Amino acid sequence: MDIETIREQFPILHQEVNGAPLVYLDNGATSQKPKAVIEAMERYYKEYNSNIHRGVHTLGTLATDAYEGAREKVRRFINAGSTEEVIFTRGTTTALNTVAYSYGRANLKEGDEVVITPMEHHANLIPWQQACKATGATLKYIPLQSDGTIDLDDVRKTVTPRTKIVAMAHASNVLGTINPVKEVAKIAHENGAVMVVDGAQSAPHMKIDVRDLDCDFYAFSSHKMAGPTGIGVLYGKKALLENMEPFETGGEMIDFVDLYDSTWKELPWKFEAGTMPIAEAVGLASAIDFLTEVGLENIHVHETELARYALELLSDIDGIEIYGPMENRVGIVTFNLKGVHAHDLSTILDTMGIAVRAGHHCCQPLMRWLGVSATARASFYLYNTKAEVEKLADGIRKAKEYFGDVL
Amino acid sequence: MSFNNLDQLYRSVIMDHYKKPRNKGTIDDDGKLTVNMNNPTCGDRIDLHMKVEDGKITDAKFLGEGCSISIASASMMTEAIKGLTVEEALHMARIFSDMVLGKDYHAEGIDLGDIEALSGVTKFPARIKCATLPWKAMEKGFAQEKWNEED
Repeated sequence: MDIETIREQFPILHQEVNGAPLVYLDNGATSQKPKAVIEAMERYYKEYNSNIHRGVHTLGTLATDAYEGAREKVRRFINAGSTEEVIFTRGTTTALNTVAYSYGRANLKEGDEVVITPMEHHANLIPWQQACKATGATLKYIPLQSDGTIDLDDVRKTVTPRTKIVAMAHASNVLGTINPVKEVAKIAHENGAVMVVDGAQSAPHMKIDVRDLDCDFYAFSSHKMAGPTGIGVLYGKKALLENMEPFETGGEMIDFVDLYDSTWKELPWKFEAGTMPIAEAVGLASAIDFLTEVGLENIHVHETELARYALELLSDIDGIEIYGPMENRVGIVTFNLKGVHAHDLSTILDTMGIAVRAGHHCCQPLMRWLGVSATARASFYLYNTKAEVEKLADGIRKAKEYFGDVL
Repeated sequence: MSFNNLDQLYRSVIMDHYKKPRNKGTIDDDGKLTVNMNNPTCGDRIDLHMKVEDGKITDAKFLGEGCSISIASASMMTEAIKGLTVEEALHMARIFSDMVLGKDYHAEGIDLGDIEALSGVTKFPARIKCATLPWKAMEKGFAQEKWNEED
């Protein structure tokens, strides 16, 4: 994997920010896009923009083929059994809300349990809070170990025959923890529950095989994996999706509409109401081609190395606190510098061209568990280099000196 | 790499307020006005207590978690509004908002004192909300009070 060749594919990386070369380390929030993705979307709008699944003209056929071709690419990307199990959504948030409404609210009742973890992103937490409030089900949490991992014994203790849904991030967007979702799915199934996986921070960075994980639902976003914003994926097992009512209704998702009743299209279109993000599907397909050519295994190895290097360099800085496990993690490193608030640290790094995230990362319960109100986070992708990790460590040292001087 | 803009943001008077915030604490008085405000995008939080007697702010204190800019701003604000009437304090909030947004502001007859040091935040658009958080809390507090009185 030649990083320089990869970097050449990303136009946005070749610029200066505040007089210094851009060091983009906010990939957990959104990733940058390669030329191929940008050009594929431009070509769509210049050459065959048209609505899909309606009309019989040539451009409509080209657009429909591209959109459904993207679905087949997604199917292969996650090794789903059929394209009927691949639903396009606005992103991970909408995908998880679809499960919480169309499966959760329909199947939960008083006395039932939904089990999640305190490390969930708000997108995999609030939909379950709301579903439990609406149905009288109980929301339960698997406790975290002190290093920010979960213990399978705790999973076995928390999940009971009353549990109907277990929902969990595959990888934490703050701690970087990779959760043992395959093993958790097994425990969920033994108790008669379904397993919902938030793959927003895993699908872009490692090879996903939904059939091997044996999860019932898997959600992820295009924009975190070199694709455009505005589109994401919900994978669901066919037998479950078939018995679910649509989350949204309207155009395109119908079979027959009468004055007082309607019937739905077959899967996956039953869940795709209105005009879908077609250009974005084309862009996502191109991103999948790009990532597949580089190889998800290579990307994972590269990012794990960067994270290990960052942990090594940052640990050497006096007064730094790093959160999350040291092993079995994705390329996310979250930290705080004693005496310097994460916002101040981020502002100072920004003057050196280094983009990191500062704040609660849409994980307020996890911030309280960590006992902080905000943290700084560096998150890596395939185009980041060891030299950039060194710049980050230097930048943090300079920020520390600067704040030491002005304080 | 230049720290010039940074030096404009992190002036020594701001860092002094950050390190030694004035009026940190609570007012223990039943007649106090309490406002809680968060910046939901970043996690900053302020609890502002104000005591108003005959239309005049006689005391102001705060507790909070946040960055240097939001803490310094709260410290400066609680100092500045003590002794002002509610109208004067709200007028000052508008001047402050104009100042940090980089608009022309007219502070004739009003002593902004240390507060003017926060004008450096105009160069850092992402940080303007940090500076305005305590002021928004004050405005919310007086809006609540007005509503309660009318109620």
